[in-house]
Amino acid sequence: MTTPTPRQPLHQSPRQLPGRTPLQSPASRRQLMGAGGGLLLATFWPAPRGGRAQGEPRPEPGMLAGPARGVFAPNAYIRIATDNRITLILPNVEMGQGIYTASVMLIAEELGIDMAQVDIEAAPPGAGAEITGGSTSVMTEWLPLRQAGAAARSMLVQAAATRWRTRAEDCTTRSAMLIHVPTGRTLPFGAVAAQAATLPVPQKPALKDPATYTLLGHSQHRMDSALKVEGRAVFGMDIQVEGQKTGTVAACPVEGGTLADMNRAAALAVRGVRAVLVNPSNTAVCVVADHYWAAHKGLRALRLQWHPGPNAHVNTQTLYEQLHEGLHGPAIVASAKGDASAIIAHASATHTATHTATHTATYQQPLLAHAPMEPINCTAHVRPDGCDVWTGTQVADRAQATAAELTGLPKDRVAVHCQYIGGGFGRRLEHEYVTQCVEFARQVPYPLKIIWSREEDLTRDRYRPAYVDQMTAALDDRGFITALTHRIVGPAVVARWDPPELTKDGYDEDLSVATLVTPYTYPAYRLEFARREAPGIVTAWWRGVGGTRGLFVVEGFIDELAHRAGADPVAYRRAMLAQNPRALAVLDKAAQAAGWGTPLPPGRARGVAVQFAFGSYMASIAEVEMPEPDAVMIHRVTAVVDCGRVLNPDQVVSQIEGGLIFGFSAALYNEITLEGGRVQQNNFNTWRVMRMNETPRKIDVLLMPSTEDPGGIGEVGTAAAAPVLANAMAAAQGRRYRTLPLLSARNGANGTEQG
Amino acid sequence: MGKTLRTRATPGLAGSLLGGMALFVAFPHAHAAAPATNVENGRYLARAADCEVCHTAEGGTPYAGGRAFSLPGVGVMYAPNITPDKTAGIGAWTDQQFVDAVRKGVSPGWKHLYPAMPYPAYARMSVAQVRDIRAYLATLAPSPQKTPENALRFPFSVRGLMVFWNLLNGPAATYADDPGKPAEWNRGRYLVEGPGHCGDCHTPRTATFGLDNSHALGGNVVNGWRAYNLTSDRQSGLGAWSDEDLARYLATGHADGHGTAAGDMADVVGHSLRYLSVQDIHAMVVYLRGLPPYRTAADMVEHTTPPAGDAALPQTTRGARLYAATCAGCHMPDGAGRQSSFGTITGARSLGADNGRNLVRILVQGSGMQTTTGVQVMPHFVGGGLSARDLADIASFVMTHFTTATPQDMEQRVRNAQQAAKP
Amino acid sequence: MPSLNINGQDHLVDVDPDTPLLWVLRDVLGLNATKFGCGIAQCGACTVHMDGRAVRACNLPVGLIGAGRISTLEGLDPADPVAKAVQAAWVALDVVQCGYCQPGQVMAAIALLRAVPHPTDEQIDSAMSANLCRCGTYMRIRAAIHHAAGALA
Ligand code: FES
Ligand code: FES
Repeated sequence: MTTPTPRQPLHQSPRQLPGRTPLQSPASRRQLMGAGGGLLLATFWPAPRGGRAQGEPRPEPGMLAGPARGVFAPNAYIRIATDNRITLILPNVEMGQGIYTASVMLIAEELGIDMAQVDIEAAPPGAGAEITGGSTSVMTEWLPLRQAGAAARSMLVQAAATRWRTRAEDCTTRSAMLIHVPTGRTLPFGAVAAQAATLPVPQKPALKDPATYTLLGHSQHRMDSALKVEGRAVFGMDIQVEGQKTGTVAACPVEGGTLADMNRAAALAVRGVRAVLVNPSNTAVCVVADHYWAAHKGLRALRLQWHPGPNAHVNTQTLYEQLHEGLHGPAIVASAKGDASAIIAHASATHTATHTATHTATYQQPLLAHAPMEPINCTAHVRPDGCDVWTGTQVADRAQATAAELTGLPKDRVAVHCQYIGGGFGRRLEHEYVTQCVEFARQVPYPLKIIWSREEDLTRDRYRPAYVDQMTAALDDRGFITALTHRIVGPAVVARWDPPELTKDGYDEDLSVATLVTPYTYPAYRLEFARREAPGIVTAWWRGVGGTRGLFVVEGFIDELAHRAGADPVAYRRAMLAQNPRALAVLDKAAQAAGWGTPLPPGRARGVAVQFAFGSYMASIAEVEMPEPDAVMIHRVTAVVDCGRVLNPDQVVSQIEGGLIFGFSAALYNEITLEGGRVQQNNFNTWRVMRMNETPRKIDVLLMPSTEDPGGIGEVGTAAAAPVLANAMAAAQGRRYRTLPLLSARNGANGTEQG
Repeated sequence: MGKTLRTRATPGLAGSLLGGMALFVAFPHAHAAAPATNVENGRYLARAADCEVCHTAEGGTPYAGGRAFSLPGVGVMYAPNITPDKTAGIGAWTDQQFVDAVRKGVSPGWKHLYPAMPYPAYARMSVAQVRDIRAYLATLAPSPQKTPENALRFPFSVRGLMVFWNLLNGPAATYADDPGKPAEWNRGRYLVEGPGHCGDCHTPRTATFGLDNSHALGGNVVNGWRAYNLTSDRQSGLGAWSDEDLARYLATGHADGHGTAAGDMADVVGHSLRYLSVQDIHAMVVYLRGLPPYRTAADMVEHTTPPAGDAALPQTTRGARLYAATCAGCHMPDGAGRQSSFGTITGARSLGADNGRNLVRILVQGSGMQTTTGVQVMPHFVGGGLSARDLADIASFVMTHFTTATPQDMEQRVRNAQQAAKP
Repeated sequence: MPSLNINGQDHLVDVDPDTPLLWVLRDVLGLNATKFGCGIAQCGACTVHMDGRAVRACNLPVGLIGAGRISTLEGLDPADPVAKAVQAAWVALDVVQCGYCQPGQVMAAIALLRAVPHPTDEQIDSAMSANLCRCGTYMRIRAAIHHAAGALA
């Protein structure tokens, strides 16, 4: 088993961090236990995907171990110390999605403890599963964490029953106490933890009847609220280890360019500047100083000059031209049902003057930046005998592997200390900043923290790709789809990020989310993918790449068809959802809650979107006003969600609210453009984010009761935002919005995209 | 020549400079310089004459030239490299050649310099003073940076034409001090009209691009910015400013109740005025005070007093909402400035004057000013989700929130400014 | 060497006067609650109080602070009713997501409630729209400010 180092709790003052973290010793259960002994239960969380190195054995989710042996590599632990301290060591990272809270609820429910009795630590990388992304956390941990809680409970109960010389069935647990029901005798968990640890671990412990849940399904406060409100949460940005220096970085503003010249002496002359470092590929410079401001001044003093390299000619227009060009010519067929092309060809051949039986629309979406509120940062201390990395990452395992490779150290000499993440949104599924930090930190003897300025963060982001989608439908007399072809043109993010996940034809299945996988079924269907990698830019995940891309296109197109058929957009969709009760139910409820069909104040209009993505259903309705064609006010959003069994209802609501606002920002403002290979936006003055006074006055999120397994929720609201807004705007203005950002000049007046 | 300066340092004059000393105490960011050597005097004058700003490309090596001046209808000119490099710079020039270039606008080989170089004003400096500047420039590190060729349209591409221009608008000469005026007035006149070349921006131009001295310092549009009226007119000029405010503004680029210098004026303060001695700033104030009033409609603005406090912005218009989101973080709803005094915009002329000309410019181009507490930056807001219409709405809101001005055609103003700001 | 009064204590800090307060707080004094988000006064993550007013520490050179009294999230008086009500409201309504913007939001909200004890939605929007939240917690911030105002009534 891989072994975590002793770790600081995530809320410990970072000032107390030692300059040299004790290196990891060989696997030692004792170390994980701390000094006191007690019960340690290990379990395994499956990776959503792409977490494993090729060929590594993949443990079954939910495998449990006491003293773990063999190839089983657990990555989550419950630790019950003899002094009754209960610690959960979790591999997923908290970046705002409330995962710590949900995890504790799952374990606490089965174990019989109060949430407040639990401390959380971040698990170290090692088991190949530390990927937090894709809205998968709740889905993947649902079973194993409950099993772990139940197993620990059963072991504790058995130990107590033995102590009391009674039957286990007579004992129960509450608030970390063992209770002998007939006599009312009690024992704290800690008192029998050591004995419990000697018992065999039940591999299939009995789980509670959901009807008896006291935590799950009831809103619980976030574990991290007070910590964050009082400023005690330690983000990567807040790491301060003894002897640390701070560096700030500038990479060549054009991808693929290299350093041409700099005034090193001028930077070194700035008070507080300690070093000017260049990375091995000569593509980035780091100025190291006693504090950030000195580093920042030093970086300015360098007056960096770059060889822009081969991408100096790239601009937004080249990007879009390349995508539009991909609408013609060869493409991969990702999915086909019936002969959609033939039906469409026939339909367009038989059209009459009054009745065209096909409809085609092209949608276009821009590059998007992530810009989490916490700018990119990482701290690394590279020594001859080991390396410590402190950072916020959604891929700790990859970060560890990279650091090991760069330093030439064995993996067990590299510790990655995961910190609270000040916004992930997919940005921290990349770890190139860890690579960069380690490359610089190798050149200095002290711990080095690198902080990217916001300008660096925005101009050297790895962007959500730009896409062009084209859909053509053949329609029956009532305007319903008889056949649909859909071509996606754009990059395959997974091809760089996790090459084995690309299908053998070269398809990225993430693109199917909300595209192939929709609540609708079509009689004939054909999905094509023409891969076009963006030149001069690195593209990456972004809060639901496939889902956000796909839903805007599909729900926009369905809305167009409804309009074309002269049908009410809700009624039109209802007719297409007859076979899908969960989708129908959320749509009906949303329509009712939003007062769909009821009169609106003059100047207002409503739009609707329905989705099935990330395992969850949602119908959303937006009410907007467009006082002028270039101004939109979102008055109200109603969202009805069926995400299966809801663990923490209020946090689902919170994620939908936040996801919608994040998505509205993207739909209206977050475009990234290129000129001469350089990103033109660089801080919040030139890259606009939705503000409080633009957010809707009212967002109502209603949750459907359900006993299905939980679906993901982090990206659901984001995916809905652009289509529901675009459809409402279309209703307000009587024209289509097929290009993002919605108010951009590229959205032609007649609703055609201009590319 | 350093004589004037040395005289001014004598104890005999100290009494009359007490006002100046008081001012010095009032703004700790102002520098007091007391040049002793020729080189130091040269540095002081090079700063007073603001050489660096024009002779430095944006983000480039100081004095290595390359800054582009595009004059509408004329073409683009590049300020030359004036570091002591023998080929790219002026290292091979004789002192006399340098003096002729600065004072007569004639460079070696009898090439006439275009009047972007304010040699008519610089001619107010004595030969000895110009030599001191040369002595200072000779101490700079030589830069091999080549100056790009000017791209001028006919007939401006014919340098010989400058002979006629010079005849019309030609170089002046050193002033004789006016014995009827106090020494500080004379010193102020020298600084304002000579090295400071204030008129180059603030005096309207004639049809032949000469200065229209009948309206000296009466305000003008330069590079699309309004260089405001500096005469003593109360409504449109400096007449209503206190001496102290004026001195503070010149020395630090900001005075409460008058806003912060922006655009080219921010450069003038950041690279030139803030290095002047308290006494010299005072002298400039004395001289400017004495300018006869001249009224310019464009510079008139009537301020109002908007409600204070973060909660005070009406959220009813697009401009007000955008102001709350993007502007109030520095300027506060009432313009009082949030963190740094440089963000205090209350009373600034640009809030309403000339149909928001400078206001729009600042929004579109941003502005930065070097101060002793770092570069004070006003970022620009072009692109990234803020449309021309959004900026126009911000400008209109500002104009009506802080002044009684009636904004007109602001979106077009913004578009023009965006066009002009394109490289 | 500028002397700064921070959370009631005087500190002599050996930095250039152009150094923004933010970096003195974080990198010199180790007061990490105040966050860096943009550096150009556009996001509010670095909001602290100077003489009771909400100001952006990233854009406040220490050379300009003079005798101004700075307080940061760490220095809030736990007995201060407004601070207490705001923090309690934030917890009660589970406002935070990633939490990175929240120290700035909380400081801005406290300053607002001290000035306007019962703000309307419009007043909240006016005062809080300069504080960004990428997680989109605006709805709850608005609600929490009302909640805190109610608790103080
Ligand atoms: S960091 Fe100061 S406002 Fe963004
Ligand atoms: S809570 Fe994440 S940025 Fe506001």
